[in-house]
Amino acid sequence: MPRWTMAIDLDKCLGCQACTLACRMENNTPIAGPEQANLGRAILWNEVIPQVEGEYPNVTARYIPRPCMHCEDSLCTKVCPVKATYMNEEGIVLVDYDRCIGCRFCTVACPYTTRYFNWHEPYYPESLKAHLNPDVPLRPKGVVEKCTFCVHRLHKARAKAEAEGRVFQASDYVPACVQTCTGRARYFGDLDDPTSLVSQLLKSPRAFHLLDELGTHPKVFYLREG
Amino acid sequence: MSPIEQVVFAPLRKTGVRFYLLCAILGVLVLWGVYAYYLQITEGLGVTGLGRPIYWGIYLTNFVFFIGISHAGTLISAILRVTQANWRRPITRIAEAVTVFALTVGGLQILIDMGRPERVLNVILYGRYQSPFLWDFTCISIYLMSSVTYLYLPMIPDFARMRDKLTDIAPWRKWLYTVAALGWKGTHEQHRRLEKAIAILAIAIIPIAVSVHTVVSWIFGMTLQPMWHSTIFGPYFVVGAIFSGIATLFIAMAIMQKILHLEPWLTDKQFNYLGLLFLVMSVLWSYFTFSEYMTTFYGALVDEMHVANAKIFGEFNWAFWTMVLCNGIIPFVVLIRRSGRTVLGTVIVSIFVDIGMWLERFTIVAPSLTRPRLALEWAIYQPTWVEASITIGSMALFALLFVVFFKLFPSLAIWEVEEGEEIEERGRLIKKLSTQDLRAMEKA
Repeated sequence: MPRWTMAIDLDKCLGCQACTLACRMENNTPIAGPEQANLGRAILWNEVIPQVEGEYPNVTARYIPRPCMHCEDSLCTKVCPVKATYMNEEGIVLVDYDRCIGCRFCTVACPYTTRYFNWHEPYYPESLKAHLNPDVPLRPKGVVEKCTFCVHRLHKARAKAEAEGRVFQASDYVPACVQTCTGRARYFGDLDDPTSLVSQLLKSPRAFHLLDELGTHPKVFYLREG
Repeated sequence: MSPIEQVVFAPLRKTGVRFYLLCAILGVLVLWGVYAYYLQITEGLGVTGLGRPIYWGIYLTNFVFFIGISHAGTLISAILRVTQANWRRPITRIAEAVTVFALTVGGLQILIDMGRPERVLNVILYGRYQSPFLWDFTCISIYLMSSVTYLYLPMIPDFARMRDKLTDIAPWRKWLYTVAALGWKGTHEQHRRLEKAIAILAIAIIPIAVSVHTVVSWIFGMTLQPMWHSTIFGPYFVVGAIFSGIATLFIAMAIMQKILHLEPWLTDKQFNYLGLLFLVMSVLWSYFTFSEYMTTFYGALVDEMHVANAKIFGEFNWAFWTMVLCNGIIPFVVLIRRSGRTVLGTVIVSIFVDIGMWLERFTIVAPSLTRPRLALEWAIYQPTWVEASITIGSMALFALLFVVFFKLFPSLAIWEVEEGEEIEERGRLIKKLSTQDLRAMEKA
């Protein structure tokens, strides 16, 4: 079984947020509007977080695109009372929208705050309704949702390979944010394959994980600015 | 009817306008809360002040607060029974009622907080015991069942008395008391069995109660969030629970003493002794709080300091310092004096402590969530009128259940109080006898 991993090169990231937008369109995340967004109700599975350090004129700024880390030792799946959030056999952390009771234990347990709750009935403007992605189910009010590494693309890629009568390869599957990335800063692949690009990049001295000290062992890692 | 029966049964036989008025006021408050909850169900949890990253707020605060109050009953009826403190006898019934209704309202808060309350059965169908949520579900259920049993068992002899002596009541109540009395005749064997059952339950309920607020604290303690992930939380929560439980019990005792004329039994002695226990819990609470912040500040981990500073100097400072005043300073200053451990003194302190303990739960739940490790900016939590209405409605529901309960059932465990009086009387006789005997022996 492959172990899907994402690498994000901060040297190449422009902070353009194309990944955020691509993710929205791909995964049918609802529109919150500015008022609700101010209350922390915007659902952005892939947020780009600006980190500004120091004071003018000695300022350093960096952008950290932050999808779900799909931690090996994920705190969210640990605390879920009903196994509504779980890790599938390929290491992707998913949510069962039909089982989630909306207790939000996972959302408070996640140190990366990558999990989102549907505070209202999801809203889509008319203009968007025609362009919803049929591969991704819409979430009801009152459940938790989050980045799935575009798992529907994985299912599709497998089915396609099978239909074409060839062996499925890791390169057949790529999440929307990786495909879109303007600066080509994102890499995606199988960590169990030592020859894969992500496996090679993880050996780089620039490689680091967010909040490594918490022992969550995230599967998303970053390459420090050089 | 004996004098105690006359006083205790009086409110069960006659109902004044004041009772209906009180029920009506509480009922309106409850209905207002129900309306707010209806809005929340139809509109979604967006009607609250919650958002990302403050996913939990007032409802979780209420949950911890009410479950905490439920520890009053265990202290009085279990711990004091095991240690054979006879002065507990007149307050056991009130304490157990506080326990049962606080647990009911506390458990309700989790249901109110859920995004999909209709899926609550998933907890039984797909429950994972790796989740602290399940620990809470289990411990609170067991505690509720044992508390209801513990409320019921000592009531059996009282039911029999009501069955036999309350002749002027509605037939359905007569039927209720007859069924609930389970054919109690007051024989020696029946008494022996009842005492045995109560004694077993009294010991069993102590670890159950401790487990309840320990696992409530572990909902927070088992996460890695700054200032939640702490080993002190289990005992800290249990101490706070008993502390707030005593406070609520004092308020209930004082009101019932006045309205139901229970002065001969709820005497200065009860307020003094329980006041001493109250003082001990206050000091323990201060000690735990000091330990918590001392370790945090000395270690000064970056993420923990963000939360600690928010509480002590930041936007939560009003709640933090009010809490310190209400839970630590006021109880100590008043209760340390004998003249403070009176009805008036303990009730005033209790009101402060109930406010302080609610704020304590709030400053545990909210501040940690406003300072997440990774976020665009720190969040601000402003609860809405919906959360306020549901909170007031919940408190009114607690009071309403309490008031209606004591309209139907006696406020004192009559047979237990009588037993206590008899023990005291015999003790006095034996003392008298032995001094006389001694003198006789001296003369001889």
